[in-house]
Amino acid sequence: MASIAEPIARLIAELNKLPGIGPKSAQRLTYHLLHMPDEEVKSLAEAIMSLKEKVELCSVCFNITDRNPCPICQDEQRDHSKICVVERPSDIIPLERTGKFKGVYHVLHGTISPAQGIGPQELKVKELLYRLQDNSVAEVILATNPTMEGEATAMYLRQMIHPLGINISRLARGLPFGSDLEYADDMTLGQALEGRQEF
Amino acid sequence: MAAPHTYQTRAIVVKQSKIGEADRIVTIYTPGFGKLQAIAKGACRPGSKLGGNVELLTYSSMMLAKGRNLDIITQSQTIDAFPALRNDLWHMACALYTLELVDSSTLENSENSPLFDLLLNTLRCLCQSQNDESVVRYFELHLLQHLGYRPQLRRCVNCDSRLNPVINFFSHRQGGILCPRCNQKEPTCRPLSVDALKVLRLWQGCDYSTASRVKVGPKLSLELKQVMQGYIRHLLQGEVKSMTWLEELEKKSVDNNCGTD
Repeated sequence: MASIAEPIARLIAELNKLPGIGPKSAQRLTYHLLHMPDEEVKSLAEAIMSLKEKVELCSVCFNITDRNPCPICQDEQRDHSKICVVERPSDIIPLERTGKFKGVYHVLHGTISPAQGIGPQELKVKELLYRLQDNSVAEVILATNPTMEGEATAMYLRQMIHPLGINISRLARGLPFGSDLEYADDMTLGQALEGRQEF
Repeated sequence: MAAPHTYQTRAIVVKQSKIGEADRIVTIYTPGFGKLQAIAKGACRPGSKLGGNVELLTYSSMMLAKGRNLDIITQSQTIDAFPALRNDLWHMACALYTLELVDSSTLENSENSPLFDLLLNTLRCLCQSQNDESVVRYFELHLLQHLGYRPQLRRCVNCDSRLNPVINFFSHRQGGILCPRCNQKEPTCRPLSVDALKVLRLWQGCDYSTASRVKVGPKLSLELKQVMQGYIRHLLQGEVKSMTWLEELEKKSVDNNCGTD
């Protein structure tokens, strides 16, 4: 890389570390940035800097936020007696988009994955149980993914929460909108049949 | 004639990880090709035709296309999703342990159809059985056998003498039983009771339906577990991660039982 100017080579190497960005894409992005207006490049650099400086985990729900507690936990209009437990901060976005849930969240930051050596200690399970101690919570909605790890996590949480006498619910499983019965797997179709509703 | 670009196989999904936006790398165990890694494109999208058919712990009929690096799963139809294992934490943990053992003890593209049958039978037995510990021990013993590490349980591995009905010793290093006299030369071996030796011998030579009729008490069960896992750890030269999770669940259930007593 001796023929390439050092700042360019450095940025290519840095961008190359990002997921899904290979050496060619890194090179293309670097030259694109080089031709962008100064203020746009500065704004991008500031945005990247502030990502690490200003963002932290909410001390209540462990969502990623720039204000602690996060806006959802601070909102008095929301129903704090319902906690929806999700795997990752990004899972909150689609749930919020539905506009159907007015409770609060708890982010586990992962799922139990025995083969990768990830157990409940690596997740925010202890923190969830601590939140449930003060008897103000009426329902816990387990919204982990319907995968093997998600199911294992949900079952583990049920085992831990059950003695506290709090209602536990799990997101319903069934056919996604726009899908095809022919291609649905047996588990999903079976659960869709079991959970059918009066029409 | 050029080799066909696609092939069909039955497969059990033993491991999976996400790659890219919505793809999955799936490790499958097949009867004809052994362990394979393949890509399930778009499997994480809600409307995916593959989705639940390539989920961990699923027995499916698959069609794969030859890829440059990894083969690509083009179609998958679930044969058995083992719902009983998915609805119970302990059963699920046992099943995940067997999958991890198969994944970590086999090489890719190394055919071993008896091992495939053993894994499939074990998962089916776990669905029906109340005696999970015995199913898992039976699986471990026969897995070792199919991998070429069948423990020698009839004669002393050192001096080849007949074993007497006394406390003998299990040598991980030599893969079998040492008589008390030979054990003096290798004192790190684990003692093995007469009952444990009898159970292991019986399990080694019978099918699961016979093996499941053996009543194994908690003390004997613990001894068998320690012997088998010590040997497996020695062979794999490392910990089986799912085992830690199994032990944690076991401890929790003992604590809960003590709490209710």
